[in-house]
Amino acid sequence: MQDKISGAEMIIKAIADQGIDSVFGYPGGAVLPIYDAIFQQEEVKHILVRHEQGAGHAAEGYARSTGKTGVLIVTSGPGATNTVTALTDALLDSIPIVCISGQVPTHLIGSDAFQEADTVGITRACTKHNWLVKNIEDLPRIMHEAFYVAKSGRPGPVLVDVPKDIQFALGDYQNLNKIKHKTYNPILNPDEIQIKRAIDLLLNAKKPIVYSGGGVINSGKIASDYLTKFINKTNYPITSTLMGLGAYPASEKNWLGMLGMHGTYEANMAMHDCDVMLCVGARFDDRITGKIDEFSPNSQKIHIDIDPTSINKNIKVEVPIIGDCGKTLKKLLDLLPDNIEKIQKPFTDWWDEIESWRKIDCLKYKKNADVIMPQLAVERLYEITKNYDTYITTEVGQHQMWAAQFYKFEKPNRWMTSGGLGTMGYGLPAANGVQVAHPKSLVIDIAGDASILMNIQELSTAVQYRLNTKVFILNNSYMGMVRQWQQLLHGNRLSESYSESLPDFIKLADAYGATGIRVKSPKDLDDTIIQMIETPGPVIVDCQVASSTNCFPMIPSGRAHNDMLLGEDVPDEVVANAISDDGKVMV
Amino acid sequence: MGKKKPTSTYDLRSNSEQEERHTMSVIVDNEPGVLARVIGLFAGRGYNIDSLTVSEVEHEKQLSRITIVTYGSPTVIDQIKMQLERLVPVHRVADLTAEFGELGAIERELAIIKVAGKGNQRLEALRLAEAFQAITIDATLESFIFQITGRTREIDRFISLMSHVGLVEVSRTGVAALKRGAEGL
Ligand SMILES: Cc1ncc(C[n+]2csc(CCOP(=O)(O)OP(=O)(O)O)c2C)c(N)n1
Ligand SMILES: [Mg+2]
Repeated sequence: MQDKISGAEMIIKAIADQGIDSVFGYPGGAVLPIYDAIFQQEEVKHILVRHEQGAGHAAEGYARSTGKTGVLIVTSGPGATNTVTALTDALLDSIPIVCISGQVPTHLIGSDAFQEADTVGITRACTKHNWLVKNIEDLPRIMHEAFYVAKSGRPGPVLVDVPKDIQFALGDYQNLNKIKHKTYNPILNPDEIQIKRAIDLLLNAKKPIVYSGGGVINSGKIASDYLTKFINKTNYPITSTLMGLGAYPASEKNWLGMLGMHGTYEANMAMHDCDVMLCVGARFDDRITGKIDEFSPNSQKIHIDIDPTSINKNIKVEVPIIGDCGKTLKKLLDLLPDNIEKIQKPFTDWWDEIESWRKIDCLKYKKNADVIMPQLAVERLYEITKNYDTYITTEVGQHQMWAAQFYKFEKPNRWMTSGGLGTMGYGLPAANGVQVAHPKSLVIDIAGDASILMNIQELSTAVQYRLNTKVFILNNSYMGMVRQWQQLLHGNRLSESYSESLPDFIKLADAYGATGIRVKSPKDLDDTIIQMIETPGPVIVDCQVASSTNCFPMIPSGRAHNDMLLGEDVPDEVVANAISDDGKVMV
Repeated sequence: MGKKKPTSTYDLRSNSEQEERHTMSVIVDNEPGVLARVIGLFAGRGYNIDSLTVSEVEHEKQLSRITIVTYGSPTVIDQIKMQLERLVPVHRVADLTAEFGELGAIERELAIIKVAGKGNQRLEALRLAEAFQAITIDATLESFIFQITGRTREIDRFISLMSHVGLVEVSRTGVAALKRGAEGL
């Protein structure tokens, strides 16, 4: 029998036993025993953030870039409530993170003690599951159960609330890493009959398309490999959601670009006109479908998802397949006839049609010799960084969409963005989390001038741990996405969307002990990017871009896929009347 | 680390009080989420629930009655009542046990109980059911379902006896309670 150890020690031991080398957190009264345990060991490194929301997003960045689970440790009360946004973010984007929160001692629960909050109550709606630990005997089981739940099935955030007396209490620790859960056992292996039905549909398709999503990334690198194999074998066109970028290499000829509200013309037209759609690990979100009753009206749909509740939630499908994306794609490949080129209906007409849509060149924009166009900035950033070992995160807004449109992702786990929740302030802490997991890689947060201020304090974390996190701000002096919508919906009355009183980002970087570089002219752009890469430590680039550029193409809310606003040539009246009264109520 | 028990500076409450069982009636507006608020209060503050029943009782006025059986020290029981009263959709909370005493309120519960068996065991089950005034609501050659109404303690006793004569499963409604006499709450 091992010696008894304290609850605090068990928590750290369980984290180490789960193979997690770094955690993000912020101390306080209710987690002091855990911090004391952290101090006395070397297996798990602790990264001190500057705000608990930052710890949450850093854990997300760590998780998404490694395929492991991210961990954060916060104190009771305000520490816990500060994580709510990050937990919700992870819930909507299916990112596995484990939040350990301190709680007042068990006998004080319910007494409105100092820094008491009903953390389990508050986070019930923003976690996959959460636990309040009431007995030290339960702690080892709950810790390992938490990691299991976070990572299995459709991944997501979980929270373990640990009262201070439990952290002090002594008990027996056991590594319960590999135990079968008594209730939660998601289906991973697909039903073969459904796969055969899917293949029947696919073999008869004249206009097939694959639409993939974040589920492929979550399923691990192997799932992306199978997806690429599948496309190589079938020659189908493929598009993906914002969350799924990188699962299939963007440089390949079958790639149509991202779909959805700011997706490419060819991707959205192909989705609208296809006759068989294979959806892999995506969930028919409203940013993807546009107007539901006009979404891909003539197609038969196959939907692979690990979460049964995603099936038929927004869009009815003919062939649902419940299972892990990787395992399902493998089975699909195994059962696909070898001589598929000969058996399947030819679809050269379909590719011709797609080529004609591609020729529209929907991402083209007006070049400008004096002002940096935001699209150009991302294009140059891509060209210069593509041969590095690069990871990109973003904040939320136009810059995020331009990053998705113009940065080409060749591999999974290289792109971290807040998709489902759209959390401004995600990018910098997430980039720190990625950088902690990949200290030698180039990690860049493509940011907006407004978003970056939401978690700018995390620059201090980057400085403290000598992280090389780079922040590339597309500074348009506006909450650009809000400004664009005000132009579309509200007669261009730009209510509160101008970024008044922006800080001097160069001085700001300097004040934190980082480096700041400003660039205003297209001719200096490349040199600035190179300087950013070559400067050690955290760097902020204040890239001043054209201020009123709109992000196109766009499917205005309430419209169908084949009803897009294209490029920069759209006259202002068209923009002003693009959204009908029905569309205006939608977000 | 952690050799001796922590002496918390916050430790105010004395743990010497005896725990008591109390039945409370809570009259609430029958609006969406009201039950979640009540249950959330109990979970969030670490109060205990032994039994909880809820149903609309006045359709016109959209009123529901929640009956909760809880236990805790007298201070905790007081807190529970006051915390319940503070919830916005709550009209009235009556701690039947505190206000009217053990005998001042009527409490009833209904249970249906499935037993399976043959021969003597089966006969014994029937005899016990009769003794408890349970009625038979389903019967096959190998099984019975009995229905019993009564106080919680009686039902507990009946079920524990049934466990010797082929108990399969139990479903209980939880406690319904009213104060005795002419007046309502
Ligand atoms: C926390 C949060 N608050 C508000 C919003 C709404 N919102 C979406 S985009 C945006 C403007 C972002 O401005 P900026 O970071 O400068 O990016 P830009 O669109 O200009 O590229 C706002 C306010 C949000 N997504 N998240
Ligand atoms: Mg901006």
